[in-house]
Amino acid sequence: MKPFDYRRATTVDGAVAEIAGNPQAAFLAGGTNLVDHMKLGIASPDLLVDITSLQLDDVAETGDGGLRIGANVRNSDLAAHPLVRSRYPVLSQALLSGASGQLRNMATTGGNLLQRTRCVYFQDASTPCNKRTPGSGCSAREGYARYHAILGASPDCIAVHPSDMACALAALDASVVVHGPAGERTLAVADLHRLPGDRPDRDTVLDHGDLITSVLLPPLPWARRSTYRKVRDRASYAFALVSVAAAVELEDDGGNAGSVPVIRQARIALGGVAHKPWRAALAEAALQGAPATQDSFRRAAEAELAAASTRADNAFKVPMVSNALVSVLHDLTQESS
Amino acid sequence: MEAEITLDVDGSRRTVTVDTRTTLLDALRDRLAVTAPKKGCDHGQCGACTVLLDGRRVNSCLIFAVAQDGAEVTTAAGLADGETLHPVQQAFLDQDAFQCGYCTPGQICSAVGMLAEAAAGQPSAVTAAGPPANAATTLDEDEIRERMSGNLCRCGAYANIVAAIRQVSTAGPDV
Ligand SMILES: Cc1cc2nc3c(=O)[nH]c(=O)nc-3n(C[C@H](O)[C@H](O)[C@H](O)COP(=O)(O)OP(=O)(O)OC[C@H]3O[C@@H](n4cnc5c(N)ncnc54)[C@H](O)[C@@H]3O)c2cc1C
Ligand code: SF4
Ligand code: FES
Ligand code: FES
Repeated sequence: MKPFDYRRATTVDGAVAEIAGNPQAAFLAGGTNLVDHMKLGIASPDLLVDITSLQLDDVAETGDGGLRIGANVRNSDLAAHPLVRSRYPVLSQALLSGASGQLRNMATTGGNLLQRTRCVYFQDASTPCNKRTPGSGCSAREGYARYHAILGASPDCIAVHPSDMACALAALDASVVVHGPAGERTLAVADLHRLPGDRPDRDTVLDHGDLITSVLLPPLPWARRSTYRKVRDRASYAFALVSVAAAVELEDDGGNAGSVPVIRQARIALGGVAHKPWRAALAEAALQGAPATQDSFRRAAEAELAAASTRADNAFKVPMVSNALVSVLHDLTQESS
Repeated sequence: MEAEITLDVDGSRRTVTVDTRTTLLDALRDRLAVTAPKKGCDHGQCGACTVLLDGRRVNSCLIFAVAQDGAEVTTAAGLADGETLHPVQQAFLDQDAFQCGYCTPGQICSAVGMLAEAAAGQPSAVTAAGPPANAATTLDEDEIRERMSGNLCRCGAYANIVAAIRQVSTAGPDV
C-alpha cells in the first residue's frame, strides 16, 4: 500500500477544501470499501481526510414530513430508526439485506452510495478494466459476467452498481445534498449514478472534492406499503444477483374488500441490472391505473425488460427480475396495510 | 507516515506508534501482541477479526488504527470477568461450538455485539417489518443465523454455534 497522510476533518468546508486541493486525496468514512480498495491496490490516495467527526450523524424530520439523513449515519442505525422502519420499510429492508452486522455498524450512508462495483476484474489490478484503467479494455465482456448488467450497459463496461440502499432511495425519490468547492447543491439519487457510456471510470456525476452531507427523503405516506426483495446465491451476506425496491399506492386504499384493487401509482427501482439503481419508469407507467393482477404485473415487467441485452451467463436475470417483480407486486397489493 | 495513538484494549491503556497503513487488526496482533482477533480474509468477508469498538462489533481488518485514537477495543480475550468466563464464552464450551477454533474469537465477539443489538431492539433482515418489536423477544434460529452471517466457520461448526448463542439468548437479556 502506498504511504499516505491522515487528517481528521473538523468542518465541512475544511474537508472539501483539503480534497479539492489535492487530486490524490480521498474522504474516509466507514472505510469498508476504500480500505479494501487500498489493500487491493486499486485506490492509492496520498491523503485520507476522515469525515466521521463532522457531526453528520443525525436522522431528523424535515418540515414537510420527510426525513433528513446525515451522510455519516451508519447503515445499522438507519435501518433500525423507528421512523425509517415505519414510514419507509423498503429502505430499512434494503439496508438489512446488505453486507453483515459488523459491516453495517461501520458503513455510512454517504459511503454506501459511493461504493464501487464488485466486478471481479475491477477488483483485480492484474486484469484489463476500463473502469479502473481507462482504455485498457473490459475483461468481463468475454469473461465471467454472471453478476453483470442487462440494462443500460455500454461496449466499454457492463458492471452493475452494488448498493441495496441506493435502490431503495431511488425508488423513494430521495435526493442527496452535496457540498462542493463551489457551494451546496441538491440532486436526485436517481441522477447521482451514471450509465457507463464511454466514461465507465466515472461512477457518478460528482466531481473530486464533492462531499455528500445528507440524504433527503420526501414525505410519501403510501411508502408504508413498500418492500425490498433481494435474490442472491446465498441466503445472507451476498451481493444481489437482482433486487427489487417497490412502493405501491392503491385506489381507495383500504376499502372495497373483496374486489380486485386498482393501482394508483407505483415506484420501482431494480438492483443488480445496471450501472446505476435502475428506476423502472416503463413498469411504473404500465401499472398506473391497472388492476392488481398477475397479468398486469407481468406486463409491467415485460415493458421494462424489453430493452434488456444479455450474454450467456447472465440471461437468467431477465426471468429472475420479472418473477421477483411480479412476486413483490403481488405481496404489496394483496396484504391490507 | 507515522502517528502515535492510544487505545483502551481489554481494559488497559496502550500507547503505540503506528504507520498510517496499519489496520486495527494488525496493530492489535503485531504491535500490541493481542492475538485474540484473527486474520482470515483481511477483506471484511469472514468475520475472524471481529472486535467490539466502543461497544459495537466491527471488522478490525477494514479499519485504520490511526483513525481510532482514544477508542475502546474489546477482544474475545477481554470478555471474561477474572476467572469467570463471559456467558457467551461459557456457552461455546458447553455446546462444543468450535473445532479448530480459528473463527471462534470473532464468533464470540460478534455474538456479544449481536445480542446487545437485539436487546436494543435493532431489527435484522428476517425480523417482521413494521415498528420495533418487543426488545425482549427471544432470538429464534433464523434470527441468530441471519444476524451471525458475517462470521464464517470453515470447520462448519454452525449448528453448535447457533446452539451456544441460543443458550445465552434464552437465559435472558442480562449479558
Ligand atoms: C464483504 C462485504 C459484503 C458487502 N455486501 C454488501 C451488500 O450485500 N449490499 C451492499 O449494498 N453493500 C455491501 N457491501 C458494501 C458496503 O455496503 C459498503 O462498503 C459501504 O456501504 C461503504 O460505506 P463506508 O462508509 O464504509 O464507505 P468508505 O469505504 O469510507 O467510502 C467509500 C467511498 O465513498 C467516498 N465517501 C464516503 N463518504 C463520502 C461522503 N459523505 N461524501 C463523498 N464521498 C464519500 C470515499 O472517499 C470512498 O471513495 C459489502 C462490503 C463488504 C466488504
Ligand atoms: S465490466 Fe466494467 S468494471 Fe468490469 S471489467 Fe468491464 S470495464 Fe471493468
Ligand atoms: S479478517 Fe477481517 S473479515 Fe476476514
Ligand atoms: S472452528 Fe474452525 S473455522 Fe470455525
